[in-house]
Amino acid sequence: MPNVILRAENIYKKYGNLEVLKGISFRVNQGETTVIIGPSGTGKSTLLTCINQLTPPDKGHIWLEDTEITHPDTDINLIRSSIGMVFQHFNLFTHLSVLDNVRIGLLVVKKIPMSEATKISMEKLNDVGLGDKVNAYPAELSGGQQQRVSIARALAMKPKLILFDEPTSALDPELIGEVLNVMTKLAESGMTMVVVSHEMGFARAVANDIIFMENGVIVEEGKPDKMFIQSENPRTKEFLHKITELYGGKKE
Amino acid sequence: MNFLALAWNILPKLMEGAVITIQLTIIAIIIGIIIGIPTALGRVYGNKVVYTVCSFFVEIIRGTPLLTQLFILYFGLPSVGIMLSPFTAAMFGLGINSAAYQAEYFRGAIQSIKKEQLIAAYSIGMNQMQTIRHIVLPQMFRLVIPSWSNELIYLLKYSSMAYMIQAPEIMSQGRLIASRNFRTFEVFIIVALIYLVLVSILSKILDIMENKFRIPGL
Repeated sequence: MPNVILRAENIYKKYGNLEVLKGISFRVNQGETTVIIGPSGTGKSTLLTCINQLTPPDKGHIWLEDTEITHPDTDINLIRSSIGMVFQHFNLFTHLSVLDNVRIGLLVVKKIPMSEATKISMEKLNDVGLGDKVNAYPAELSGGQQQRVSIARALAMKPKLILFDEPTSALDPELIGEVLNVMTKLAESGMTMVVVSHEMGFARAVANDIIFMENGVIVEEGKPDKMFIQSENPRTKEFLHKITELYGGKKE
Repeated sequence: MNFLALAWNILPKLMEGAVITIQLTIIAIIIGIIIGIPTALGRVYGNKVVYTVCSFFVEIIRGTPLLTQLFILYFGLPSVGIMLSPFTAAMFGLGINSAAYQAEYFRGAIQSIKKEQLIAAYSIGMNQMQTIRHIVLPQMFRLVIPSWSNELIYLLKYSSMAYMIQAPEIMSQGRLIASRNFRTFEVFIIVALIYLVLVSILSKILDIMENKFRIPGL
C-alpha cells in the first residue's frame, strides 16, 4: 500500500448561492503527481485553496497524513507551513530580494537561524536555476524567473506536498518551458504535487493521476494513458480534444 | 534701517521661534504615527467594534477645524481641571489632528498592497501578526512616503496656528516683533521666507528618503 499524503472526503464549498464544489473526494499518494484539469470556473483553484484552508470548505474533511486539516483544533499555520503553494501570479513579496522571499518563511515561521536559513534558501534557488539572481528584486525578473522563485520559496519550507494553481497560465509562451522543466524535475525527485493546469503535455508526461473536474464534481479520474486514449466519458473526450488542440499538447 | 539690517536684527528671535516650530512639527508627526498606524490597522483588519472606534476618531478629527481642537485643549480642558502649557497643548493638538490624516494615508497604503502577497504569506504559514509585521508594514512605510511629505509640510505650516494659543513659535515671535517695531510687512515677509526654507529642506529630505527606500524594479 502506498503512503497516502493527502485525503479529501466530500468537500463542499458555496460562494453565496453559487455551489462551487459539490462533494469532491480524492487522495494523493506520497511521491506522486496529481494533475487536475477542467474548464474554467469549475472550482479547481477553489479546491486547492480548500486544501490549505485559504478558503475553508463548508463541508467535508481533509487529512494531511494523519492530521485532519479541517478539524477545528488543528494549528492551521503549522499545516500551511508543510503544504507549499505556487500561484498563477507568483505572489512574490515585492519589497524583498529573491533570497529574502525564499528565506522569510524559514526565519519567521520556522524560526531557523539566519545562517542555516540562508544555506537552505541558496540551495533551493540553485535547484531552480536562480543562484545568480539572489540579490535581484521580483520586479526585475521575468515571469518565468519569478515563478521559479516562488517554487523555491515553497520548497525551502520542506513541504510534504506542493499545490500548484495554474503555475504557467500567466506566463509568456516562451517562458512556460523553464517552469515546467523545474516542475518535472521536482516530480521526478519524488515531491508530492497537486497541479491545476492546462498544460496537457506536462500532465501526460508527468502525472501519475489525472482528475477531470467539471461543475464542481469529479467527472473522471485515472492514469494519463487511460484519460487521454481510452476515456469512455464523452465530456472528458471533448474537453481533452479541445484543450489539446488549443495548447498543442503531445500528439497521438 | 534697510530690509537686510532689519532681518539681521530680528533673525535670532525668529530662529528661537523656528526651533519651537520644528519641535512642534516633529513631535506632532511622531504622535501622529504612533496613533495613526494602529488606527489604520484597526480600520483595515479590526473587528466591527475596533473598526467603528477607529473610524469615529478619524471622522471627528477630520470633521472639525484644527483651531477648534487647539482651543478645546488649551482653553477648554482647564474647566475640567486639566491645565496644559501652550506648547503641550499645541503638541497634542497637532499630533492628534495629524494622526487622523496619517491614519487615512496609512490605510490607503495598506489597501494598495496586493492581496496576493498576503495570501502567499498565509500559505507559507505566517499568522496575521507576522504577515502585518513582515509583509504589510515594510511596504506601507514605502508607499506612504509621498503622502507623508504632504502631511509634514502641512503640519509645519499649520503649526503656526499654535500662535493662537500663545505657543512661542515663529508666528508668535513675528507678531511680538512687529508689535514693537511696526514693520509688519517686512517682519512677516521674513517669517514667510523662514517657512519657505524649512519646507524646502523638509521636502528635499523626504525626496531623498523616497529614493533611498525605493524597491528596485518597481
